[in-house]
Amino acid sequence: MSELIKLIEEEYKERRGSFPTFGPGDTVNIHVKIIEGTKERIQQFQGTVMQRKNPNTNGETFTVRKISSGIAVERIFPLSSPNIDKIEVLRKGKVRRARLYYLRGRKGKAARIKEKL
Amino acid sequence: MSGIIGKKIGMTSVFSADGRNVACTLIEAGPCVVTQVKNEETDGYTAVQLGYGERKDKRTTKALKGHFAKAKTTPKQQIVEFRDFRVEFEGGVELGQTLSVADIFQEEDFVDVIANSKGKGFQGVVKRHNFGGVGQATHGQHNRLRAPGSIGGASYPARVFKGMRMAGRTGNDRVKVTNLQVMKIIPEKNLILVSGSVPGPKNGTVILEK
Repeated sequence: MSELIKLIEEEYKERRGSFPTFGPGDTVNIHVKIIEGTKERIQQFQGTVMQRKNPNTNGETFTVRKISSGIAVERIFPLSSPNIDKIEVLRKGKVRRARLYYLRGRKGKAARIKEKL
Repeated sequence: MSGIIGKKIGMTSVFSADGRNVACTLIEAGPCVVTQVKNEETDGYTAVQLGYGERKDKRTTKALKGHFAKAKTTPKQQIVEFRDFRVEFEGGVELGQTLSVADIFQEEDFVDVIANSKGKGFQGVVKRHNFGGVGQATHGQHNRLRAPGSIGGASYPARVFKGMRMAGRTGNDRVKVTNLQVMKIIPEKNLILVSGSVPGPKNGTVILEK
């Protein structure tokens, strides 16, 4: 890759480096900035990380899945986005896959993930 | 119409102020030297000719050497003329003046980019003219999947109309992409980042216009 392109991407690389390391199976709490009209507030989204895509690029995203009042919600966050305020890692999960698609359609006991100690 | 000549570096993406991830093209633009100023009296129209990139001395004809000597500059690789050139920051441009990207463009401007597209060689009508092809691969269909279909009537007009879209050499055409937004300018490195894609290969010459 051209040195000049790296110059542009440097800013986002630093930003990605400022977050804690996390991967599939981890339980995370994402603080997202939401702009309503002129006001800005923080919304939290807590769930299990299913995958990280396009690592080490400006377009890197990760998918977080949670069960919200009985309905499963999957949300995709761009990691370099200025709207991500904070990422908290609450629990490290022990999984053997990079993409946890098998969680889909499972709930309760079947959707448990062992903790990595 | 003001503008500058540059070189395509490559693509990346940045986040806009409202949090959208925007695909962008990085262009090394300028510095360009004014090699000729045309005016109403002598040329019949007003224009500014800019030069960009270095040209080897032994590959420059005597005629061009004389042309560049008038502007008191070294021979340039690319020469482009801009009709009715205007630069907002001052009244006019002078022969031999050096223009950089920050003189002409500001962030959040909308620019047009002109370049030669990548050559694709001899291509069929599906790639070249966005024909749909036959549409079905089954139901008795055989080896006509990407065929052009009928090109005209047999008894009337009994000929093929001029300009009928057919297979042929594709790409390597002059293409203008309009309304690309300037996302970022780095004046010290002569870099400009525009939203979207730009025709042509990396290191290809591009013309930016406003």
